[in-house]
Amino acid sequence: MAVIRDVIPAFELFQPASIEDALRLLERYGADALVLAGGLDSMDWLKDRLKRPKVVVDLGQIKELRGIREVNGGIEIGATTPLTEVVKHPVVRDKYSLLMQAAELVASPQIRNQGTIGGNVSQDTRCWYYRGGWTCYRAGGNICYADTPTAVNREHAIFDADRCVAVNPSDTAPALVALDAQMVIRGPRGERVVNAEDYWIGPGIDITRMNVLQPNELLTAIRIPATMAGAQFYFEKVRDRQVWDFPLVNVAAALKPNGGNIGEARLVVNAVAATPKRLKNVEAYIAGKPRNEETASAAGQMAVEGAQTLRHNGYKVPLMRNLVKRAVRGSEGGSWTS
Amino acid sequence: MDLLRYGRSPWGETILTHVSWNLFWASLFAGILFFLAHATYMLFSAHRKRPEAETDRLEAAHPELPAKIEKHNLSARLFHWVMAAAMFVLLFTAFLPVVGIKFAWVQWHWIAGLVLTGAILFHVVHATFFLDFWSIWVGPKDLPEFKAELLRDFGHEVAGPKPGKYPLGNRLYHLAIVVTGLMVMISGLIMLKRVRTPLFVRDPYIMGDAAWGFTYVAHGLAGVGLVGLVIAHVYFAVRPDKWWITKGMIVGWITRRQYLEHHEPSRWRVSRQA
Repeated sequence: MAVIRDVIPAFELFQPASIEDALRLLERYGADALVLAGGLDSMDWLKDRLKRPKVVVDLGQIKELRGIREVNGGIEIGATTPLTEVVKHPVVRDKYSLLMQAAELVASPQIRNQGTIGGNVSQDTRCWYYRGGWTCYRAGGNICYADTPTAVNREHAIFDADRCVAVNPSDTAPALVALDAQMVIRGPRGERVVNAEDYWIGPGIDITRMNVLQPNELLTAIRIPATMAGAQFYFEKVRDRQVWDFPLVNVAAALKPNGGNIGEARLVVNAVAATPKRLKNVEAYIAGKPRNEETASAAGQMAVEGAQTLRHNGYKVPLMRNLVKRAVRGSEGGSWTS
Repeated sequence: MDLLRYGRSPWGETILTHVSWNLFWASLFAGILFFLAHATYMLFSAHRKRPEAETDRLEAAHPELPAKIEKHNLSARLFHWVMAAAMFVLLFTAFLPVVGIKFAWVQWHWIAGLVLTGAILFHVVHATFFLDFWSIWVGPKDLPEFKAELLRDFGHEVAGPKPGKYPLGNRLYHLAIVVTGLMVMISGLIMLKRVRTPLFVRDPYIMGDAAWGFTYVAHGLAGVGLVGLVIAHVYFAVRPDKWWITKGMIVGWITRRQYLEHHEPSRWRVSRQA
């Protein structure tokens, strides 16, 4: 494992005041640049001396990247808006409380004050083999140390592993997918908007990246449309410690009632794969059904079909099954199955 | 230019991990350069086939030869086209992501690899026991033909030997494909232990880091080599003057005249049929 040395390697620090200036720097330095938002993920890499960028581009001075605006009936959240600001924003609390719940469960109050929503959704995986600096697939090598007969892989993937079994650790990511959010990305060729669902990349597509951002691009904002505003929301996160920890599994659900039954539904689970996993088969199944124990049990069972466990993460299957069941049923408590 | 890439093991050792993708670009450009250089040269070079009058005389002298002469039987043709399809899938799945076209390629790659392996094993048995095994290999006996072909390439009329069943270039190409094909196949089969398949229990610890490094490098070297070789093969297959050979690989036969024009009847004996 890496030794924390506390003294970060030397680099040139840039603090651009506009998105254009930041993009020019990224264009000039490409993969030699590290983008710094809240710094909570980046500082780990720097302190461990596992990333030695020539330059660090600190986005902290770019005012247009910060703040929450109401746009076309929905909201647009600047990428460097601190998580605390997201949690406290009245529109978020009123219409998109799913995001509020998710953001409020990120780490600790201090970290939420410093951490940004853009950083939370774009953070790297927590796989300790990878973050230990070993040359695994994700680090450009030819092995996954977490998927071996002797590996310690309690937190790793049960779905969609393709050589690498690392998972996405974000809490806000599944909430944003459930809210049908869009990610606004700026690069040298202008702006592009990507559905949140397509923002993250699995190892099958690109084993060295967690999201679609190229080295010369920036996530500038997250747009949440009115589509799921005011729906019935459910967010639950299970972690080893009740504060300051990454999820073992989390679930985000946005359900619109239709008569006495479930109408449109969006269900997303994270920390079970390298990308937030949207459960489209479950969504299709529960649409039109009553929101009760029977529907919830079947949904939970359906959610874990196809799961492939590693040596130490078999517990994630019943955990995910029960979280999905609770999300569909809509209240905590009740029976758990193992 | 980096040729190989290295990583760091959990014990802090430097380990070999891959070939550098610079080699892919080198092989791609080498293949394209060869095709451009050869095509340009062939525009001005002498034609290698037998002079028309001589072919007329031979055709008159061999009326017993069938009009269609079988060159590749159905099994050989099936092998060739299955191998070609598998090879294209392997190359595209291996290298499209390298050039920036990202998709989930691993499953397609190993399945195509298994198809290629099956095809190669079939071919080894078929060629060894059911075909004229030595007709595709090169050796010292081919030196006169090599000399004659070289002189013909430089525009000389040479009476020396024409090829047997397979032209010299074809046989040299086959040799290169045997080396790279076996290398990519054997290394690929070992690498299957590192990915999830229904065939094996995944276990990356069956070999040490150094052995894995060499396996990956062997696979990579053979893979990038195949890029250039396949470009060259496709180039010859679509050349108008070689189309009769490609057609032979599709329909299985060549005409009597093509046989006499391009081959040495004494080195490729066909059965005399009415």
